[in-house]
Amino acid sequence: MLTRILNKRENPDAYWSPYICGIGLGLVLLTTFMVMGRGIGASGAMTSVVAVGVDSVTPLHAEANEFYKGYLGDGTVSPLKDWLVFEVIGVLIGGFISGLLAGRTKKKVEMGPTMTINRRFFFAFTGGVIMAFGTKLARGCTSGQALTGGALMNVGSWVFMLSLFAGAYLMAWFVRRLWI
Amino acid sequence: MNGPFYINGWIGEEASLIFALVIGIAFGFFLERAGLGSAKKLAAQFYGTDMTVFKMMFTAIITAMIGLFWFDLFGWMDLELVYLTPTFIIPQLIGGLVFGVGFIIGGYCPGTSCVAGATGSLDGWMNILGMLSGILIFGELYPILERFYSSTPMGEITLVDYFGLPSGIMLFILVTVALVGFWASGKIESKTTGGGG
Repeated sequence: MLTRILNKRENPDAYWSPYICGIGLGLVLLTTFMVMGRGIGASGAMTSVVAVGVDSVTPLHAEANEFYKGYLGDGTVSPLKDWLVFEVIGVLIGGFISGLLAGRTKKKVEMGPTMTINRRFFFAFTGGVIMAFGTKLARGCTSGQALTGGALMNVGSWVFMLSLFAGAYLMAWFVRRLWI
Repeated sequence: MNGPFYINGWIGEEASLIFALVIGIAFGFFLERAGLGSAKKLAAQFYGTDMTVFKMMFTAIITAMIGLFWFDLFGWMDLELVYLTPTFIIPQLIGGLVFGVGFIIGGYCPGTSCVAGATGSLDGWMNILGMLSGILIFGELYPILERFYSSTPMGEITLVDYFGLPSGIMLFILVTVALVGFWASGKIESKTTGGGG
């Protein structure tokens, strides 16, 4: 059993139905609302990491910036002792466990058939930079805005969600060589 | 014992962090199970060949939405106490477009890049590095972006408030839209992949 799990199998298990996984994720989200009175997130944890990084290099600079200050708190507890930071550590663990059980954990680079690794790395990085801007302008990402706010029928979240699909569909044709 | 437990003081700070870890594990697990740790599968959403992103996202949204509706109706949970991100309509509209562009270029969103990285995708880690850099750039530019960031505020507002409809009707509309979307997704997939999907 253990060797079966730890083997990076040639033929990993099939993915589960998106509807089953969606119900599972929906119940996770509902539980979070019930227990915490807030939803899930992802980009907020990354912002905490950046704010702490800036604060450790140039504390005065970080203090002078309202954006970082919002993530640094009042200094009585570490900004990394934060709900979203713990949640995202969980996401890394949960993703790894699922991948391991399905035989999907292996070192890889995912890209379209005509891409090179260096080009893929460049675009993965650039996409991340652009997405960070979008997520910060919108006050949340697919987790904190689309899923959480979507379930709460939040007006801004639904606008964000519709425009994110619009942006990706409009851009898809121009970058089709990255994927197909 | 009514929800939200944390806000009502039923669970403390330390317990809430352990709960965060558990919730994160379940979140990451379901994302990976559905295949959303794969950039190719995520990108396929925008070429019409695999609608997993839409199907999973909207199933999750309506599942939680229906649950919240009943919890509120039964008085198990005070929805007023749940944190609602305030709406700033124009920055959120533009932010969404920018996010979508970054999504299709990079192949991941913030949560799925973590799952990709955790299962060994080096491009997932590059995407996370890009995001951390982008957040740093945004933070440095924040003093000049602040005016736009705080423009067009609408406060904490839901679709129920905005359209002035009873929440049951709004729920029915959104669930119907999702179900039509699921049906259409199946149609699109069978067209682009030549049946079977």
